[in-house]
Amino acid sequence: MTEARIIRAGFWGACLTMEPNLLKSKALPRFDIFFTCGLAFLVALWAVFAVSRAEDFGMTVHGWIFLAAAILAALGFVFNAHGTALQSDQSSYSDGVIRFGVIASTFWGIVGMLVGVVIASQLAFPDLLSFKDYGFLNFGRLRPLHTSAVIFAFGGNVLIATSFYVVQRTCRARLFGGMLPWFVFWGYQLFIVLAATGYLMGVTSGQEYAEPTWHVDLWLTVVWVAYLLVFLGTLWKRKEPHIYVANWFYLAFIVTIAMLHLVNNLAVPTSPFATSSYPLFGGVQNALTQWWYGHNAVGFFLTAGFLAIMYYFIPKQVNRPVYSYQLSIVHFWALIFIYIWAGPHHLHYTALPQWAQTLGMTFSIILWMPSWGGMINGLMTLSGAWDKLRTDPVLRMFVASLAFYGMSTFEGPVMSVRAVNSLSHYTDWTIGHVHSGALGWVGLVSFGALYALTPWLWKRERLYSLKLVEMHFWLSTIGILFYISSMWVSGIQQGLMWRSYNEFGFLTYSFVETVKAMHLPYIVRAIGGLLYLIGTCIMAYNLWRTIQGAVAKKEPLSITNPNLVPAE
Amino acid sequence: MSYEQLSAFAQTSGMIYFMAIFAAVCLYVFWPSNRAKFDKAARIPLENEDIDHVR
Repeated sequence: MTEARIIRAGFWGACLTMEPNLLKSKALPRFDIFFTCGLAFLVALWAVFAVSRAEDFGMTVHGWIFLAAAILAALGFVFNAHGTALQSDQSSYSDGVIRFGVIASTFWGIVGMLVGVVIASQLAFPDLLSFKDYGFLNFGRLRPLHTSAVIFAFGGNVLIATSFYVVQRTCRARLFGGMLPWFVFWGYQLFIVLAATGYLMGVTSGQEYAEPTWHVDLWLTVVWVAYLLVFLGTLWKRKEPHIYVANWFYLAFIVTIAMLHLVNNLAVPTSPFATSSYPLFGGVQNALTQWWYGHNAVGFFLTAGFLAIMYYFIPKQVNRPVYSYQLSIVHFWALIFIYIWAGPHHLHYTALPQWAQTLGMTFSIILWMPSWGGMINGLMTLSGAWDKLRTDPVLRMFVASLAFYGMSTFEGPVMSVRAVNSLSHYTDWTIGHVHSGALGWVGLVSFGALYALTPWLWKRERLYSLKLVEMHFWLSTIGILFYISSMWVSGIQQGLMWRSYNEFGFLTYSFVETVKAMHLPYIVRAIGGLLYLIGTCIMAYNLWRTIQGAVAKKEPLSITNPNLVPAE
Repeated sequence: MSYEQLSAFAQTSGMIYFMAIFAAVCLYVFWPSNRAKFDKAARIPLENEDIDHVR
């Protein structure tokens, strides 16, 4: 702190925080404080109108939530005004916001996976678990809650937290923007709460993975631009001349998600205080834009962002540089240039022109190469250190995630082939494929990153218990296998039943017969999801104990020091 | 412009575009004098092991 160059709040910051000392210092203007306060004021103003003039129930509730958030933000300012909380100590990394990110990721992970188990059980036991009198508990309302909670709430928080950690370490610079990273964090949580409550009330734009309505979309845009500014600003003031490859992947993720979000959600609201809106595109243009968005949410949110995690955390965990830095550059450019074209494979046999379908399919197949190039690069980073797999369950998590990444990026191109798609599309095979990527790749690599980050951020020598990590590893792996194999069975069976004709040219099976045939695989799927959820709860306990500074009694620090374990 | 002409143009220019970018990336990556830079860059995550401060 002695050498610290402290940037103090400017005039408005001083007024707002009632801290007259701030005025005396030679202050740089604190745009971050002006921005956040101004935004909170505007949001509060709009929310007051939204609450009083709302044209539907959803907008009333969202008005109150916005108002509550603005009041909480104001209270946060007042309580943090004294002391050094609003000052930005440039001599150290900004880790507080990342600690919150780790906790939020774990929390939303459990929520999202719990809702997943609930809706899987609803499909397995529809008689028992349909609540006719409570519309918000319908499968249709809970399903987008599940997908958004696991992708955007869990995955998004993991990406924001890890990107803040990685960009600081690899640039040797504190996060840019003073309190802007905090705005990004809390603003993103507000987005999650708005989206989730909206879905439960039936407030949705009806576009898969882009369900939030226009006012929630606008809020996310503001938060996302702030995120981009924080990231770019940190890169700008870096002390390390080279921008490490993980940052390239994070940047591609942030920029592309901004572009996809803006284009796919272009809409005209019916009124400033109504949740409904008309999309700008209609018909097949809407469908193409939606799946351009949808598949690139997979490509840039669930792939590029998590590959950034791979490129930082695996070398760190193995304590070796990445297998080939050159391959990582080829991997990056090939992946981002090819992924963006793959979306039309979601629209085989639709009104989309055939050439566009073929284009999507071709790029999906080409995509296999960069995907596997990246996977091999990650796996081969272990060469010469494979013995660490035996002693380090966190590393095993990372390696298993890469194995599932390789598997799902092989399965994906196969399913994008039009002939295969005619069997697989609209069946559970797609659900299984998504989950081998989501649970296997995104989930496991996120768990690995959370396990690695927690001791680093809270300055603990080790996790509370490595045995619990091992238990988590097996529960989640077995859970995924239950999940994807049951979905292969039900998906292929479904596809074959739908396309089977009798000798008179009539369909052999009625639709309800195909649903009935799914009963057993659906039970197995729910069990798989439950195992995965239990694993995540074990992780939450382990991380919590680690944060407290506890060490499992049966595993004292001395016996788990990897230096003392010989490689056989 | 007929559909055939348009698609021939799109396919050819698309191929040239992608091949050119791929060639440029490969040239950059395998240019001998860049080797040392990449070897150094690969070690970035490992270098700041216990440094908790920016300086």
